[in-house]
Amino acid sequence: MLAEGRIWKFGDDIDTDLIIPARFLNVSEASALARNCFADLRPDFAASVRSGDILVAGNNFGCGSSREHAPLAIKAAGIAVIIARSFARIFYRNAFNIGLPLIESAEASEGLAEGEKSRVDLSAGTILRISDGARFTAKPVPDFMAGIIRAGGLVPYTIERIKAGS
Amino acid sequence: MPMTITEKILAAHSEKEVLSPGDLVQVKVDMALANDITAPIAIKVFGEIGRESVFHRDKVALVADHFVPNKDIASAEQVRIARDFARRHKITHYYEGGDVGIEHVLLPEKGLVLPGQVVIGADSHTCTYGGLGAFSTGVGSTDLGVIMATGEIWLKAPPTIRVNYEGRLNPFVGGKDLILHLIGMIGVEGALYSALEFGGAVIEAMPMYQRLTMANMAIEAGGKNGIVEPDEITKAFVKERGPEAEAGAVYYRSDPDAVYERVITVNVSDFGPQVAFPHSPANIRDISESGTVLLDQVFIGSCTNGSLEDLRDAASVLKGHRAARDIRLIVIPGSPRIYMEAIREGIIETFMEAGAVIGPPCCGPCLGGHMGILASGERALATTNRNFIGRMGHPESEVYLGNPFVAAASAVLGRIGAPGEL
Repeated sequence: MLAEGRIWKFGDDIDTDLIIPARFLNVSEASALARNCFADLRPDFAASVRSGDILVAGNNFGCGSSREHAPLAIKAAGIAVIIARSFARIFYRNAFNIGLPLIESAEASEGLAEGEKSRVDLSAGTILRISDGARFTAKPVPDFMAGIIRAGGLVPYTIERIKAGS
Repeated sequence: MPMTITEKILAAHSEKEVLSPGDLVQVKVDMALANDITAPIAIKVFGEIGRESVFHRDKVALVADHFVPNKDIASAEQVRIARDFARRHKITHYYEGGDVGIEHVLLPEKGLVLPGQVVIGADSHTCTYGGLGAFSTGVGSTDLGVIMATGEIWLKAPPTIRVNYEGRLNPFVGGKDLILHLIGMIGVEGALYSALEFGGAVIEAMPMYQRLTMANMAIEAGGKNGIVEPDEITKAFVKERGPEAEAGAVYYRSDPDAVYERVITVNVSDFGPQVAFPHSPANIRDISESGTVLLDQVFIGSCTNGSLEDLRDAASVLKGHRAARDIRLIVIPGSPRIYMEAIREGIIETFMEAGAVIGPPCCGPCLGGHMGILASGERALATTNRNFIGRMGHPESEVYLGNPFVAAASAVLGRIGAPGEL
């Protein structure tokens, strides 16, 4: 699976209140949530992000509440993949469950800058900066999580399991 | 093979007899819960999976506690989705209106979550029930929707960090301070993906409401679950919940030679009440070093400190005092039963004489939902669990976290301060 787009760069400990403030949680449609993604932190984000763009962050991305509205908003806004040094636990599950891939890469988290065009190869676990061809490697996505992404998320994965009678 | 309490509970709910950290297992769920924010998406997911009925109508709890009483039309629609689903599937434990309390206060109070169980909730503070010696953790709505359909979840067995609290507690120091101090020590991802097991002489003597407070904030250190090994205090708590609860509880303890990822010892004699400064629960200072922080609002309540005992603690400081002129003091009891008992004990009278606004049992302003939103530049001290940017309102407001004694004293002083200053 490949993703290619511009980098949106964020710092450490980006919590789910910053990703989608609670005042916008009175709805659950992804498109409505996307309009308010990073509303307080990056008011320009929702209007400027393009489909296929890549979000790059530091440590502990997605910490805080369990609101699935956070990865739903990011995905519906157009982000194809999130690269971070580390992810908070619930956000990590939620993102894979809804089919938004995450990859952990300390070197990409440090090396990539705002606005740079890059290409991510999820299965190979590599990130390429288009301008100078610089390559960054990521921790491979665990097989189990890759399986969920291949199925299209936890729902189709579960339907397959139920059909298989397990 | 020796195991920790977390490993034992997960093993007992899976097909494996022994578990080691990192093992991926399908786990049977004893109680699955969601609230008015997370339930609608879980219900949609449940519909997509296509099962006729929920896996067990007694093992799903839907608690409309976040934006209630419905704060606007959109919130009302979310609650209606949960209510319609609960009716259609004859969900036994659906709570709304006068029955509702904060989910993590209500479920232990009603004996719906018990020692030894696996409890999974679409709310990050589901980890609260570890105070009872249960394995409990928060997930998102999709996981919860799958559990409602199948009764199972995949989990990776976490490594355990054991935290031993030793020494003698200083005045007005309790569970809230112990967990804030720890988060200050290890940071907001200090327990990432791990179980936090609280023990030592201080925990062994700690009342249940404070154990629940400690487990509640395990997530604030990135933890998967927080847990306290059950003991006589736990058994007494379960006994009060009735014979059905007693029959359902299973008391696990970690083996003496269980393997821990890390063992931390905290000497509680070393610190007073703790305060988390903006904008992180790890930005901890001792109250004696908090300087002069003028406040606009004090909030006492939430799943962290909304118990009857928490209200008693706050009222013991407020008794005979009045909140400072410029302070909005907001108190929200954690459940209808707590509210009623607080009225009977005269605690509500004490709060009202101190100038407090009393809210109906709900999450209230903790997550900036409603009932006490902060304007730009305003500062609040809250007994809640998170002080992220914009958590309780405007992105330029500030939230400080503290225990109920500190909250009460700060309301009177009009600035962050200790009960000893009154």
